[in-house]
Amino acid sequence: MSSRRPTPAAAPAGRTLSPREKYLPSVISVTSVVLVVLVVRRAVISAEQWPRIKAQFFNLDAMVDVFPDVLAGFGVNMSVWAVALVVIAIWALVLAVFRSLTGPWFAPLRVFSIVYIDLLRGLPSLLMVLLFGFGVPALQIPGLPRSSLFWGATAMVLSYSAYAAEVYRSGMDAVHDGQRAAAKALGLSQWQTLRYSIVPQAIRNVIPSLLNLAVALQKDVALLSVVGVRDAVREAQIYTARTFNYSSLIAAAVLFLAATIPMARLTDYVARKDRERRLQRTA
Amino acid sequence: MQQQRDRVTIDRVTKYYGEKLVLDDVSLSVAEHEVVCLIGASGSGKSTLLRCITDLVEFDAGRISLDGVSIHDESFGRNGLHKRVGIVFQAYNLFPHMKVVDNITLAPRKVHGIPREESEGRARELLALFGLDGYADSYPEQLSGGQQQRVAIVRALATNPEVLLLDEVTAALDPELIGGVLQVIKDLKGQGMTMLIVTHEMGFARDVSDRVCFLEGGRILEEAPPEKLFSAPEHPRTRQFLQRIIEAGRL
Repeated sequence: MSSRRPTPAAAPAGRTLSPREKYLPSVISVTSVVLVVLVVRRAVISAEQWPRIKAQFFNLDAMVDVFPDVLAGFGVNMSVWAVALVVIAIWALVLAVFRSLTGPWFAPLRVFSIVYIDLLRGLPSLLMVLLFGFGVPALQIPGLPRSSLFWGATAMVLSYSAYAAEVYRSGMDAVHDGQRAAAKALGLSQWQTLRYSIVPQAIRNVIPSLLNLAVALQKDVALLSVVGVRDAVREAQIYTARTFNYSSLIAAAVLFLAATIPMARLTDYVARKDRERRLQRTA
Repeated sequence: MQQQRDRVTIDRVTKYYGEKLVLDDVSLSVAEHEVVCLIGASGSGKSTLLRCITDLVEFDAGRISLDGVSIHDESFGRNGLHKRVGIVFQAYNLFPHMKVVDNITLAPRKVHGIPREESEGRARELLALFGLDGYADSYPEQLSGGQQQRVAIVRALATNPEVLLLDEVTAALDPELIGGVLQVIKDLKGQGMTMLIVTHEMGFARDVSDRVCFLEGGRILEEAPPEKLFSAPEHPRTRQFLQRIIEAGRL
């Protein structure tokens, strides 16, 4: 939404920076960083074990060799991530709304939500992935999918939804009581109050925190490799098992970083915008 | 304007917040077209009384009725009471994520089932009437405090309520913005709106009200026409309160 943005501060009148004052700090920063990098690089390269490390971890030929497989696996990671993200965003909101309902008739929903969040937040995601990814297909229940990918991803969704639900709840709690009073005074029902007033504001409140969870999930989807899903980590491990060379894992690591770092930057950016918006409102 | 039957009747209402007694056996009635101001120090129970009337808080004993029918009567249905009694809050409580026009039309559309076009038409008429034409598509935070409060009044009026409750509507405003809001309320009085007003603006209370009630410790200590209450208060506590207001330069 549009908001008044402060105009960029002009340089204070009566004081102009000389080129020396203007550029010297940057020059010093760049030079010192480059120097440190060079020194560390030299120390590493001159170490006795470096050739072995390089051959084992940073073997370019091995990386090029394995890259198509790892990339295909990474595609699986990112697809699972994208789908899980959407499902988590919706399911967690449902949980948070259940938990916020008042009135005796809603007690079962409230209790369900509280128990769910307590359980799923308290269990390691890895345990959930093993339990669902191996356990459910082993039951061979007719009509249910038997893919480890599906059940492993379901485990991730169930687990992360508990966290996301708590994030939503904090966002709903942060909406001022006056909003509820206003909605009730206008005759809105409890559902309408949530739907039109509380939830839209809560979502805006928690987008930075949810993005943080999204970054965490982006790398945690690699847990699916333990139930045999051929994701980037699994592909890299297969290569490692065959060649005893770990460069494939480094290749996978590079792919994960290429995805998570921009995501983290985006999160920072959104969080900063959000903070500015709040400051403006209180000003 | 002829004084008619009682619109709002508060009959021996008592309310506790936990152990704290906030309304102590309060009785008060507001007749049709009448404007009653509630004055008194913070914590004297004025705002709580307004919130009891709109069923925003529950009271422990007594009865509040609208046209003789208890506000808890089933005949009001789920939102009949809120259609007939509007309330405006000190902090405006507009929905910050909605445009002004959506703030105003939300209840008519979603609660009372009036089509969007019709409710928006009415909203724009009301906005124009209150000097806010051109702001329909703005967001609340783009408006000044005074404008936001006028939007909040329009929002409360959008369902054509018969009674309007105003809870310290100018208390959060910069001094130069208060006048515009008070003028709106005076205009409403001119149109015959029945109002119960909690205010700290004594000059305004004197000008606009037909009756003034002084509350302290959850009781109505004195109730009189403004010319009498402000010039010759009977109760010593009223005198003390007004004296302090005068010393603070607010009357």
